Amino acid sequence: MSILQLQDISLKLGGKPILDGLTMDVWAGHVHAVIGPNGAGKSTMASLIMGLSGYTHYTGELYFDGQSLRDVPVDARARMGISLAWQEPARFEGLKVRAFLQAAAKDKREARLREVLDQVGLHPDRYLDRAVDKTLSGGERKRVELASILAMEPRLVIMDEPDSGIDVAALERIFAALDVLRAQRATVLMITHSLAVLQQADHAFLLCHGRIHDKGDVEAISRYFEDKCLPCAVPQQLECEV
Amino acid sequence: MATPMTTMSPLVEQMYASIGVNPHSVKGDPNIAHIEIHQNRVLGVHLVPGFEVEAEEREDGIAAVMRVRAGVHIDKPVQVCFGVIPETGLQRIELDITVEDGARVGILAHCTFPFARSVRHEMDAVIRVGRHAEYAYFERHVHGAEGGVIVIPKTRVHVAEGGRFRTDFELIKGRVGEIDIDLDATCEAHSVLDVLARVSGSQNDRIRINETARLVGEGARGVLNTHIALRDEARAEVYNTLIANAPEARGHVDCKEIVQGNAIAKAVPIVEVNNPKAHVTHEAAIGSVDSKQLETLMSRGLTEDEAVDLIIQGLLS
Repeated sequence: MSILQLQDISLKLGGKPILDGLTMDVWAGHVHAVIGPNGAGKSTMASLIMGLSGYTHYTGELYFDGQSLRDVPVDARARMGISLAWQEPARFEGLKVRAFLQAAAKDKREARLREVLDQVGLHPDRYLDRAVDKTLSGGERKRVELASILAMEPRLVIMDEPDSGIDVAALERIFAALDVLRAQRATVLMITHSLAVLQQADHAFLLCHGRIHDKGDVEAISRYFEDKCLPCAVPQQLECEV
Repeated sequence: MATPMTTMSPLVEQMYASIGVNPHSVKGDPNIAHIEIHQNRVLGVHLVPGFEVEAEEREDGIAAVMRVRAGVHIDKPVQVCFGVIPETGLQRIELDITVEDGARVGILAHCTFPFARSVRHEMDAVIRVGRHAEYAYFERHVHGAEGGVIVIPKTRVHVAEGGRFRTDFELIKGRVGEIDIDLDATCEAHSVLDVLARVSGSQNDRIRINETARLVGEGARGVLNTHIALRDEARAEVYNTLIANAPEARGHVDCKEIVQGNAIAKAVPIVEVNNPKAHVTHEAAIGSVDSKQLETLMSRGLTEDEAVDLIIQGLLS
């Protein structure tokens, strides 16, 4: 059953078409990956689904649970159950991890905050009183952000480039958190150009030039991406009939 | 000067209540030195070995000399409570503080004006931090909702070789009214100066901060940090000056201001380097709340107002 539907979505940024007739169905309770080369429109799609400023002037239709998201602001989308893990999470000077997690958490008790930190491999005693600022590494910030999403317990999680800027060990922790989301029966939409991330998904979409070029089996999409997309440095020269 | 108090006046209780501190937690521990000053009266003093205070009550305030004897480490922070409880009043405080060589002390100062409609609080402090001595001063203001307070703290600091001076000024509860902070510090060789001011202004509050640090000794280090949040018609001007005159002196000036509504903020960081082996940096950021921070929190379900409050809470924490 579809929880999120994008129907013929087009969006221009600075006069340039980024999404061009994007249509896709995201199934409830499954982990999906959207893979594509740089500039394919992946992060734009993530921002559009979340309703971020600058990404709301699209044509086409976007539905969550059958309800149009047009003119629905970010916070209302979040309260409907949508959330986004940024490719590069924001820094918050002075804001403690505890307060950051509490702000998102459905269950705000200390024990729950400790649990979600454990689930992303961060020791609560060492992290709860640290600030979500530049004193955390990029990987630590990504994991703190993911912990806040686990605490929020959303129905749809968009993860924009979950592997960017982090080491292999941190990536393993993020994959472990993905299992927690699966157990919560959350729907996950991972934006990536990494085959390692793609392998974590149940289903895959191949995005190129702002539209879905192919979808379905992870192995097939992975092979196509590896054979056709990776050798193509310039998306416009892609030899894939796009 | 005075002996430990055995009873507590209602005024002292009122002052502590206004700052949310249980006075018995302070006054019940003989190892915590504390001083309570209301307008021009010293209501209570309790001292610990090595920490000396001489205070003189004047018509419009208090003049006090504080001294931490050489080599003495005061383990528990000294609690100082200044205040004016009535709606109107004047309080002039003259402080002469010496932390002798090798001594160490921390001071938690609470300044409370909870019902002020027309209160003026002036502070004129001279602080000497001896060689390899440490002085940490946390000043927390609690003002009422009326904004009827004028606060004018003037501080002159000298940090001797290897000394450490740290101050943290907080005014985030209640209306600011008007505040004009003036701090001038001179730092000798291998000393450390760390100055932080955190202020939240609203309505027609006026904030002026003028801080100067002179790194005159080799290897001296100094940081001037200012974090301000402004709403409504509030105004803030911040002048931070850091002068490095000696080799290996290192300094940084950092001013962050979040502005909302019709508020206006101005930051003027001045850095001056007079030695080719010195290095000073500065950073100033003034503007509305960062949109990425805002949308991150909103994507967790916070409303825009809730998100802004949390971001400001972090900045001023």
